[in-house]
Amino acid sequence: MGYDDLVRLVEAKFTTEKEIPEFRPGDVIRVHERIREGSRERTVVFEGVVLKRAGSGARSTVTVRKIAAGIGVERTFYLYSPSVQKIEVVKRSQKVRQARPFYLRRYTNIHHIK
Amino acid sequence: MLALIGRKVGMTQWFDEEGRAVPATVIHVEPSVVVQVRRPEVEGYAAIQLGHEAVPERKITKPLLGHFKRAGVEPRRHLYEVRVDDPGQFEVGQEIKVDIFAPGDVVDVTGTSKGRGFQGTIKRWDFSYRPKSHGHKWIKRPGTSGPMGLNKVMKGKKMPGHMGADRITVKRLMVLHVDPENNIMVVKGSVPGHKKGLLLIRKSHAQSETVSVG
Repeated sequence: MGYDDLVRLVEAKFTTEKEIPEFRPGDVIRVHERIREGSRERTVVFEGVVLKRAGSGARSTVTVRKIAAGIGVERTFYLYSPSVQKIEVVKRSQKVRQARPFYLRRYTNIHHIK
Repeated sequence: MLALIGRKVGMTQWFDEEGRAVPATVIHVEPSVVVQVRRPEVEGYAAIQLGHEAVPERKITKPLLGHFKRAGVEPRRHLYEVRVDDPGQFEVGQEIKVDIFAPGDVVDVTGTSKGRGFQGTIKRWDFSYRPKSHGHKWIKRPGTSGPMGLNKVMKGKKMPGHMGADRITVKRLMVLHVDPENNIMVVKGSVPGHKKGLLLIRKSHAQSETVSVG
């Protein structure tokens, strides 16, 4: 077994216990994130369009953009972080073909993206 | 205090309970076998001699082969010695595995840093660059090697030369994960040397409370 496989084996602790739905850049997704404030816990939902996916194995990330109160907000999540509880796919894109569709930043309403 | 030899596998990241990502190094620690027990009555001190990684007989010298034959263990590529308090609890042929470490333990990791070849003073000793413009001619030269009138160069003067490939110890790394089935352990942070580089992992004298996972 190669040494890269050993890294994957260790990462399996995080990558096998969670199921990530299939989605790609341009899709609209909803990320449920668990936030701990002192002893209290609550779930925050971040809904937006996927600008990029990066990394592999336990280090995979997704960058999501949304318009909050008129201001564009981009957040990068670790897909396999325990604080990311669930990811829902809201809409699959028909038009976006790029792996890094940064031109989507020009849209003022993510729901206008086809 | 027990120690083991392993090989660096590579780096990844780990998530703590808060969901924060923590840098982590994966180390492959094959079981070491006890080749000899050194007792105070015989050798004058208490230690165990350990062998790491099986090796074909033809690859080791005959005197060493005799040493392994007498112990009745397969030849090993690396031999090393670890001081122990009570040599009575070890016997020749016994295997020592990663499970001597547990998550939450604090370890010191020793290895050989990556060789960098012949390097100038800027990379090797963090000297400053000089301005690239405004009439400057020498940008990466070390400047003077001592005061006027001294007529010699002080010993230990930082100069260009060979950098890296040194024995480096990184202290107080927290053990994040131990997998005795696959002979793997994960420590927080980075570890000297290249992938597949040999590492000596020792339990640290530091208490685990002084190191945080975050």
